[in-house]
Amino acid sequence: MRTGSASAGWSRPPLIRNPWLRWSLYAGLFVYLIAAVSTLDVNWARVLDGVSNGWRVLEGFFAPDFTARSRDIWRGMEESLTMTLTSTVVGCLVSIPIGLGAARNIAPLPIYVVCRSIIAISRAFQEIIIAILFVAMFGFGPFAGFLTLGFATVGFMAKLLAEDIEDIQETQAEAVRATGASWWQVINYGIQPQVMPRLIGLSLYRLDINFRESAVIGIVGAGGIGATLNTAMSRYDYDTAGAILIMIIAVVLVAEYVSSHLRKWVQ
Amino acid sequence: MPVTTLDDRLVWQRRTPLAQWAIWFGWLALAVLFVLSWQVMNKNTIWLFVEDAPRQAADLLSRAWPPRWSYLETLWVPLWDTINIATLGTGLGIVLATPIAFLAARNTTPSVAVLRPLALLIIVTSRSINSLIWALLLVAIIGPGLLAGIVAIALRSIGFIGKLLYEAIEEIDEAQVEAVRATGASRWQIMDYAVWPQIAPAFAGISVFRWDINIRESTILGLVGAGGIGLQLQSSLARLAWAEVTVIFLVILATVAVSEWVSARVRAAII
Repeated sequence: MRTGSASAGWSRPPLIRNPWLRWSLYAGLFVYLIAAVSTLDVNWARVLDGVSNGWRVLEGFFAPDFTARSRDIWRGMEESLTMTLTSTVVGCLVSIPIGLGAARNIAPLPIYVVCRSIIAISRAFQEIIIAILFVAMFGFGPFAGFLTLGFATVGFMAKLLAEDIEDIQETQAEAVRATGASWWQVINYGIQPQVMPRLIGLSLYRLDINFRESAVIGIVGAGGIGATLNTAMSRYDYDTAGAILIMIIAVVLVAEYVSSHLRKWVQ
Repeated sequence: MPVTTLDDRLVWQRRTPLAQWAIWFGWLALAVLFVLSWQVMNKNTIWLFVEDAPRQAADLLSRAWPPRWSYLETLWVPLWDTINIATLGTGLGIVLATPIAFLAARNTTPSVAVLRPLALLIIVTSRSINSLIWALLLVAIIGPGLLAGIVAIALRSIGFIGKLLYEAIEEIDEAQVEAVRATGASRWQIMDYAVWPQIAPAFAGISVFRWDINIRESTILGLVGAGGIGLQLQSSLARLAWAEVTVIFLVILATVAVSEWVSARVRAAII
């Protein structure tokens, strides 16, 4: 805390102590803002045009049309939900051995390096880029989406699982090991009970994430509700698009609520 | 502790038989659901394409490698645009999210009955819709270009920043608020001197964290026409120019790595 003379009074300490760093950061930010805004190149006439357009989209939101394309919506939803479940289950199963291999306290170095690189590759690219590649390889449709989400799930789950295993209470594993247990028995009795509740909690959380992502990867052809939404938008069918968005929000809300309750119950 | 008798001896079990059955049944239900989902999902899957995938992958790889490095020159401007989309979008998101967070926090909201649920609704809506879908909507409304991307990033950021910030506000130490209130401070002075200093580090941390995520997301917004490097990606994909796609992927990877490093450094300095 800085103390000034009585006449100067007290002034609050700033967030960044070093005045040089503080002022150069402010100046840098200012210069950047000017540079960024000056290269923005916005077509304001088109934006003004868009205001009436925006009103139509909003109307679609407030007067959604669930019936006209109910077959398409239903199919998209079905694909999204099945894709979410299957990819989460398969992704979690695959992530268990990789997670075990990526925990430094139970895996030898070569396996550790291999598993950590698998995790790094899976986490480096976002779902949509993986989806582009998988659609090119496996063709359009939910199977490519399933592979995409499963692949992303592996990176997410294996990383968190490995960190969890590295954080366990070593004494419990040590106690099991002292009874003469084999490697598998140490995993089964010393480690698994410690990480299982969190593993189940994380997979429920991932289920939630996978549904959100399944609504997006359809834009590049990987099936699901995103594909239906993309079609509706390119047809300027805002009423259907509004209906789809409302359904996505509703499912996300329900999924979030259910998964947070289940997680509380499991842990 | 559940103990059963077996041959007149007491045997310890971890769970009661009923709990054991319930858990077993839960796993069975999951397995059945998985098989059903698998069948429904693959109703229209053409397995011929799937079997063909290794050959397709090899073909793709042969066309994607070596990367066409000369294409890099045309990527600098889109990359600058991408960074601008992420940064300006984060800035706009912060400006919009901060008042919403104060309205949503139980201890600072002026009205628990009306404004708080409204603020929470805004946060939930913003969080449920991915920025790519926001971009899809905004491209339809205000036309393709950087502005649609910036607004899409901002709208998605509201939910993220708003949620984390209002949770931080609800966790502040009430004693400090009480102390400032006891000096006769007005509502705004309490915000300024008691609430804000407590959440400032969290605020900075959340903002940088979201900026990092936004860099990642803004690289693909161009797929739906919202500007940035994704626009180049879209055109290269449409021309099946996989050697260019490789260059774009590598540039995206490098950008994301740099932004992650910056964000980790800044957050380490703050917290």
